[in-house]
Amino acid sequence: MDKILVGLKRVVDYNVRVRVKSDGTGVETDGVKMSINPFDENALEEALRIKENGGASEVIVVSIGPSEAQQQLRTGLAMGADRAIMITAEEAPDSLTCARALLSIVEREQPGLVILGKQAIDDDNSQTGQMLAALWGRPQATFASELAIDGDTATVTREVDIGMETIEIDLPAVVTVDLRINEPRYVKLPDIMKAKKKPLDELALADLGVEQAPAFAHTNFAPPAERERGIMVDDVAGLVAALKDKGLV
Amino acid sequence: MSRILIIAEHDGAALSPSVAKTVACAAQIDAAQIDVLVLAASAADVAAEAASLDGVNRVLTIENAANEKPLAAVLAPQIVAATEGYSHVFGPSTTFGRDLMPRVAALLGVNQVSDIMSVEGSHTFKRPIYAGNAVVTLDAPAEHVVVATVRTASYKAVAGGSSAPVESLAIEAELPSHTRYVSTQAGASDRPDLQTAAAVVSAGRAIGSEENFDLIFALADKMGAAVGASRAAVDAGYCPNEMQVGQTGKIIAPDLYIAIGISGAIQHLTGIKDAGTIVAINKDEEAPIFEVADIGLAGDLFQIVPELTNAL
Repeated sequence: MDKILVGLKRVVDYNVRVRVKSDGTGVETDGVKMSINPFDENALEEALRIKENGGASEVIVVSIGPSEAQQQLRTGLAMGADRAIMITAEEAPDSLTCARALLSIVEREQPGLVILGKQAIDDDNSQTGQMLAALWGRPQATFASELAIDGDTATVTREVDIGMETIEIDLPAVVTVDLRINEPRYVKLPDIMKAKKKPLDELALADLGVEQAPAFAHTNFAPPAERERGIMVDDVAGLVAALKDKGLV
Repeated sequence: MSRILIIAEHDGAALSPSVAKTVACAAQIDAAQIDVLVLAASAADVAAEAASLDGVNRVLTIENAANEKPLAAVLAPQIVAATEGYSHVFGPSTTFGRDLMPRVAALLGVNQVSDIMSVEGSHTFKRPIYAGNAVVTLDAPAEHVVVATVRTASYKAVAGGSSAPVESLAIEAELPSHTRYVSTQAGASDRPDLQTAAAVVSAGRAIGSEENFDLIFALADKMGAAVGASRAAVDAGYCPNEMQVGQTGKIIAPDLYIAIGISGAIQHLTGIKDAGTIVAINKDEEAPIFEVADIGLAGDLFQIVPELTNAL
């Protein structure tokens, strides 16, 4: 195929312990380390491997949100993507608006495959890929742990609740990937320098002619109910006694 | 008054336990009607099970050979055709619902509420974000249909014993052939299902090998428990992916959860925070799992687990 399109979302880094703002208006992001959504790194890695195996000629990375996400796109270019598209919006839009924006890029670029992460670790929604596939009228293969391209079709193994499911899809299609599909490569310093020269187009979401989806009002953010620290027992006999006490064994 | 349509998860023969939990969530809404929609090649057995659930007013069936396996691209247009007149369309937030419902939402032109953990009003819900580190309250616009998935671990299944009427729907929808089912590899296990078991024994990377997992299976079998694992143990190849508990695996709420050699990363804890009693067995007394455990035992799992198995 000609092109593969990969979505990269800028999110609070995986290792940051997120805290809710005391006024309940959101979570603390000031001075917090931001990174590419981990699943999206797997998506890009998979696209790069397909290209390196001769299965595609170009890998395009796209991000939607505040223009700071250009940092994540530059990282994607350093990993090996050929060019980047930044769709700027004041804040990260809702899933359906993102899917509509991605569809407009899909119509412009005509990729043979779109690979996204199975969910973003900030909103944990797991929606955008399925929504893009629906609007595009094309197949979706979600939660993929294996992807094999063969001409105009792909065979995808999906991680589902009962185990592994394999489906066959016609291309073009949307695939959303799980963490076990691959191990993303590390970026080397010379690649970071090279990435600075790769093309990065900036577009405003408002200029794409995308209709804003009916959005939710997020009225309050709160910390979760905490579990209390319980008791420590000294040995197995103490554990068995404690379990019997609670009527659990 | 709300009219709620619930999309039934099933394997062609039996209804998934996730459906009775999704009904429990729907019953929290002031609803005039709760209907369950069964899409299947042959729906009778599954529909009869759904019709027995308390709170269900009607079971609707769409029978089509194309519905033998739950392919989102095939099911979604049929569901959309059946949603006329409903204010809410719910599915479980299992891999079935998480795959299917956003496709339905997009075709209906709305966003989806993922993982409802609490109903605050007909259009107001709470859901977890950031691996459960925060809970957001959201209002869905009242002039649009609400498409949502229900976090099944937050709800107890409704009882059976009722008998709602079952009606067959004739749906005109063009079904795609671009997505084809090939096969399923399910771990052959006689053990209880991880998502519905009353007790779960789970191991982390410290178990060290696939062979050592037999210690965990032995304890679980003695207790009649299901077996789970941390992401680290699955990534290391010690056990299959369907055993993973946590943010990107299964979210569970057993009465008893025994975490063995699991340090307690936030991504794992989000999968077990609704468990009744958490027991932690870990060599490291400082492990974060002890912060949330009801009963903790610090020590070597390779001594403790066989001893516990013998003692029960």
